[in-house]
Amino acid sequence: MALSGIEIYKLLPQTNCKDCEFPTCLAFAMKLAAKQVELSACPHVSEESKARLAESAEPPVRLIEIKANGNSIQAGNEIALFRHEKTFYHKPGLFVRLRDDMESAALIGVVRAVDAYRVGYVGMDLTVDGFAVEACRGDKEAFAETVASVRQNTRRPLILMSRDAAMIAAGLRAIDGENPLLYAADETNWEAMTELAAEHKAPLAVVAPTLEGLADLTQKAKDKGVMDLVIDPAARDFSESLARATQIRRLAIKHNFRPLGFPLIAFPGECDDLVKEAMLAAQAIAKYAGFIVLDHFSAEAFYPLLALRENIYTDPQKPIQVQPGLYEFNNPTPESPVLVTTNFSITYFSVANEVESSGMPAWLVVADAEGMSVLTAWAAGKFDAERIAKDVKRFEVAGKVTRRRIVLPGQVAVLSGELEEELPDWEVKVGPREAVDLPAYMKQVLL
Amino acid sequence: MPIEIPKDKWPGKIRTVTLGATSEQGGSRGKTVTLGGASTLPFMNFEAPMPHPPQIAFELRDRRPDDWSAVVLDVWGGAADDPAVWARAAEEQGADLLQLSLSLTNAQGNPTTPQMAVAATRKVLESSSLPLMVYGPGQAEADNELLVAVAEATKGERLALGICEDKNYRTIVAAALANDHLVVARAPMDVNLSKQLNILITDMGLPPDRILMDPTCGALGYGIEYGYSVMERLRLAALQGDSMTQNPMTVSVGFESWKTKEAKVGADVPSAWGEWTERGIQWETLTAVTLLEAGADLVILRHPESLRRVRLAIQDLASIAQAA
Ligand code: B12
Ligand code: SF4
Repeated sequence: MALSGIEIYKLLPQTNCKDCEFPTCLAFAMKLAAKQVELSACPHVSEESKARLAESAEPPVRLIEIKANGNSIQAGNEIALFRHEKTFYHKPGLFVRLRDDMESAALIGVVRAVDAYRVGYVGMDLTVDGFAVEACRGDKEAFAETVASVRQNTRRPLILMSRDAAMIAAGLRAIDGENPLLYAADETNWEAMTELAAEHKAPLAVVAPTLEGLADLTQKAKDKGVMDLVIDPAARDFSESLARATQIRRLAIKHNFRPLGFPLIAFPGECDDLVKEAMLAAQAIAKYAGFIVLDHFSAEAFYPLLALRENIYTDPQKPIQVQPGLYEFNNPTPESPVLVTTNFSITYFSVANEVESSGMPAWLVVADAEGMSVLTAWAAGKFDAERIAKDVKRFEVAGKVTRRRIVLPGQVAVLSGELEEELPDWEVKVGPREAVDLPAYMKQVLL
Repeated sequence: MPIEIPKDKWPGKIRTVTLGATSEQGGSRGKTVTLGGASTLPFMNFEAPMPHPPQIAFELRDRRPDDWSAVVLDVWGGAADDPAVWARAAEEQGADLLQLSLSLTNAQGNPTTPQMAVAATRKVLESSSLPLMVYGPGQAEADNELLVAVAEATKGERLALGICEDKNYRTIVAAALANDHLVVARAPMDVNLSKQLNILITDMGLPPDRILMDPTCGALGYGIEYGYSVMERLRLAALQGDSMTQNPMTVSVGFESWKTKEAKVGADVPSAWGEWTERGIQWETLTAVTLLEAGADLVILRHPESLRRVRLAIQDLASIAQAA
């Protein structure tokens, strides 16, 4: 957390020598707090003060990146406890765990399926971020081979899992030059693990069942020069995971407690009943995880989790919008109908997907409703007959069609009378309430 | 190094609201359900235990719904044809309470009459022992007409009558006042509007411990983030001591989740959506869990498997964490 001017002043020499070209150290401190000058303008700051000031400029939750030849995923750099306070910045990475005791064809099957998985959501292609590969057989060669074969089938970032540093070293050799996350250093193996992390410039996860244990480990790692850390509070149920994640986030953000200022890693698959896995992952998304490792991959669970992650990590200050304008579907002709909707992304894509999949040619006027849904915009006075008519003119729709038919969303049927007045030479129609029913409507009513 | 666990202390507290009345209390319910009472954020058991963990209701209709996802209708089967059978089945599936939604019309398209609404409510009350919430069809005039009749016919049952909105709360609140019922107050995702509606309702003389607050929710993928943040903000305001936001919150998770295309449509959807039934259940379950973390005290669901899963999450969340 940033220091105040007074706090900075206490770290300066307080001699008022004016070498910085400010009249007093206090004046300089105030400018520094306001980020209007650089610390280097004062030639007399002690090394110790420099370090304290540099640390205070760092984000309360450190940004961590897992890198794999060109592909990477970042977590951390968060500054809020609640998304409405500002926003949540770095979406937690979703990983699927693989074990080296899996039958090789099965393992490759999972890797390929997960790697290829992509699901469209409001115009974005959502994908899974990477894989965690765990050594279970106690055989270094086998682990290295598994890591190598995973790497042959995906370019996504990896997490290497074992408490045995020699095992992790074998895995690292199979993906030379990458910076995977090493999981994990604990009370007993931390020295060897820290050395490996330092040598390979790889981020390191530390695991301990108490906050003190975690802080001790991060401190020890930092003393050895490993700064890129991830923490696993070793809680696996809902209640304790939530408690620990909240405590750690609060300590980092409200108390500027550096030893716990790192992203969390969660393992929702390590629960007592597998039906809980997706729910625990959902909790981890909303409540502060930076990396989430699931044990089971299914489209039914990953699609909602990926969508939830988008939702929680959107900026609450600005709704996701599309550009207002006239959009074309399935090569419309001057005979094709004109549909109207708003420029809220979720609204636009619900409609666009249906129109497109209907195979029927159509024009779509996306009115400038300031990024709001149909009813929200209507209630806020941003989607009325006047606005629609204005956008129909602005996008020169009349010049594109000979048959002037315009279809309103069913939820704003009340606008049809006024729109008839605004657009006198148009036939105003009211469509279905839900976009799902558009294809049928277009086939029956709009021929 | 010893670390002091950061614990929040709040001046405010969520009110307790009790639904249903047993025969000793002037009703006919086998038990009552109490919501609220929390003195800290959801499931922060290391600060203060949650005296009344969140509860789960099933939504039923007075007749087989025309617009529900086939996944949900299939699992209830013939029970959905008769509110009495449906209510019994819902109780057997483990609901804490029931929420009956009245339809605007009967299957033939004729308007639901007050007599029909009362008959459906009676059937549910007779075949189940659970506390009950009754929602009108969602159109001001019909809501007033049907809910007043239901309220009078069930005096003393401490039903929760819904939905009171800013334009349409007076008649429903008056009916609740006169007949010992509660109300559900719904505002469109806005802290101040929720607060204002609670003020208007209490100004009519209804005690605040007879109001459930519905902040309006969106389903996962369809605006859940707005509801989530408004609920977090309402809960924070309540704990900070703002009296008119201190009511327990209820959310219609089943209604919102099962109207999404993901939950409603099985054919001609991308293969990346996965298998239909499981997808629908995940949609409802994950929406519920996310909103519980934001402060929901009551989630209203539609699918029995979702209830089973969400119950597991609540049981675990409400247990005392070892991390204390
Ligand atoms: C999320 C939300 C918000 C968000 C805004 C999100 C956004 N960017 O738009 C926030 C919290 C900001 C908000 C604010 C308000 N809201 Co609001 N909000 C909602 C909520 C929960 C969901 C809306 C949504 O995103 N739906 C999903 C999208 C995809 O739906 P859609 O745009 O309607 O599109 C569907 C259909 O219309 C159809 N469709 C769309 N286009 C077309 C085109 C054609 C041709 C066809 C055929 C079909 C079609 O397809 C889509 C999918 O089926 C609804 C209640 C609910 N659960 O529905 C209330 C709701 C819309 N809000 C409402 C209100 C009153 C407001 C406020 C005015 C409250 C206030 N006074 O502050 C404000 C207005 C904003 C402002 N003043 O700035 C009311 C509107 C009441 C009414 N009937 O008039 C609602 C219905 C809640 C309620 N029951 O009271 N809201
Ligand atoms: S140069 Fe440094 S010591 Fe001198 S006045 Fe400026 S801040 Fe103070």
